[in-house]
Amino acid sequence: MTELDVARHNPLLDPRLLAWGWEIPVYLFLGGMAAGVMILTTLLMARPGARSPALRWLPFAAPALVTVGMLALFLDVEHKLYVWRFYLAFRRSSPMSWGAWILLLVYPVSLLVALASLDDPQAGWLASRLGRAGRLVEAARAMAQRRAAGLRVASLAIGAGLGLYTGVLLSTLAARALWSSALLGPIFLVSGLSTGAALLMLFPVSHEERHLLARWDLWAIGTEAVLLLLFLVGLASGTATGQAAAGLLLGGPFAVAFWLLVVGAGLALPAALELLEGRRLLRVTPAAPALVLLGGLALRFILVSAGQT
Amino acid sequence: MTRRYAMAVDTLRCVGCNACVISCKTENDLPSGGFRDWIVQEVHGQFPSLTLQIRSERCNHCAETPCVAACPTGASHVAAGGTVLVNRRKCTGCKACMVACPYGARWVHPDGYVDKCTFCLHRVERAQQPACVETCPTRSLTFGDLADPASPVARLVAHRPHLVLQPEAGTRPQVFFLT
Repeated sequence: MTELDVARHNPLLDPRLLAWGWEIPVYLFLGGMAAGVMILTTLLMARPGARSPALRWLPFAAPALVTVGMLALFLDVEHKLYVWRFYLAFRRSSPMSWGAWILLLVYPVSLLVALASLDDPQAGWLASRLGRAGRLVEAARAMAQRRAAGLRVASLAIGAGLGLYTGVLLSTLAARALWSSALLGPIFLVSGLSTGAALLMLFPVSHEERHLLARWDLWAIGTEAVLLLLFLVGLASGTATGQAAAGLLLGGPFAVAFWLLVVGAGLALPAALELLEGRRLLRVTPAAPALVLLGGLALRFILVSAGQT
Repeated sequence: MTRRYAMAVDTLRCVGCNACVISCKTENDLPSGGFRDWIVQEVHGQFPSLTLQIRSERCNHCAETPCVAACPTGASHVAAGGTVLVNRRKCTGCKACMVACPYGARWVHPDGYVDKCTFCLHRVERAQQPACVETCPTRSLTFGDLADPASPVARLVAHRPHLVLQPEAGTRPQVFFLT
């Protein structure tokens, strides 16, 4: 028997080391989704052929999602007046510092890509709605169209960086056994691609575009399932602390939520629906993308809170 | 020679009276609910053959600092003698250091910055002992320069069996528990 008695009653630390609440998983979810939207809309816009009006507007979703996500981050920061301190330093060893600067790069790149994606009537409408700023928009769009190829590469690179970093942020914190796996970066990246595809599928994109998104989503879901399996195998076959961490998801307090919400509702069910829809055995509904979004959010909530247990 | 501040905690002398905790709160004017040091009582075995270890714990002022590495603004830093400090004017309260620390040594001050043990560096610089060390009625706590082989703390660590907390974390803690 081992009994521990700690003469400390700090409601902020004990009995669980809960430092990060709901704000961090919400931010990781929205940031990952924004990364997915950046990568997927860039790839879709790079295809030859016709594009739906909805798809031309959708690149704007990336900066919008990042903005809401950064608002969640802001709510988490304890000393809100000092937030500007993030941008007075760049610290190589701190993933959060990398993230703060990546988020800043997302805005110009994603906004320019989004402007370049609009067709002339859409851009005209946007410029007319913005009054004097409209001329700035037109100039930015002209610049973005001239440099479209470079912007596409930047958008893909920064999207991948954003998606990876949301996982690396957790995986470098070796003090939390559940997070100390290098697989978290790729897991969050493919989950971001999957949730990004799901978000795009909720909008009236063309039949062909939706079909393509569903196919990419299936690949992302399959990859995510394999990576999650490797992640759990890696922990469970490692040290005692790793085994205990894997136990949280395999049979512990988070097992039901993990298997039901993440694996069942978030991966298996939408994959099955998308397969059947793809073979025209089932009518296309928003059910599959909605389930993917639910699963992505649940994955982040479970990993962030289980890691701090 | 560079100093390496360290502390030896004699678990055979400590009776868990909490005087170190109270003197720290008083010296550093800590708010309600905030602690920079604390007492852990660990009981092993099956009644009646039980063993009890009492430890006065605090930040381990590690030689390898995951908290400093995780800090995005440079608020967490390594100061004189390897002491790990937080510059509250740079701290945004993002709590990355708190999740990076394997010991739960850090907490959020109500004023919005992350707070922790400083080895009472403000006293040490005036050639005084840290408040907890000075108060300890059983003289369980010994503070000093580990780099100086003649210092009491270096002699204790050299000659007494001791352990550090969670050595597997690879942080090379500088608070040594004499057993």
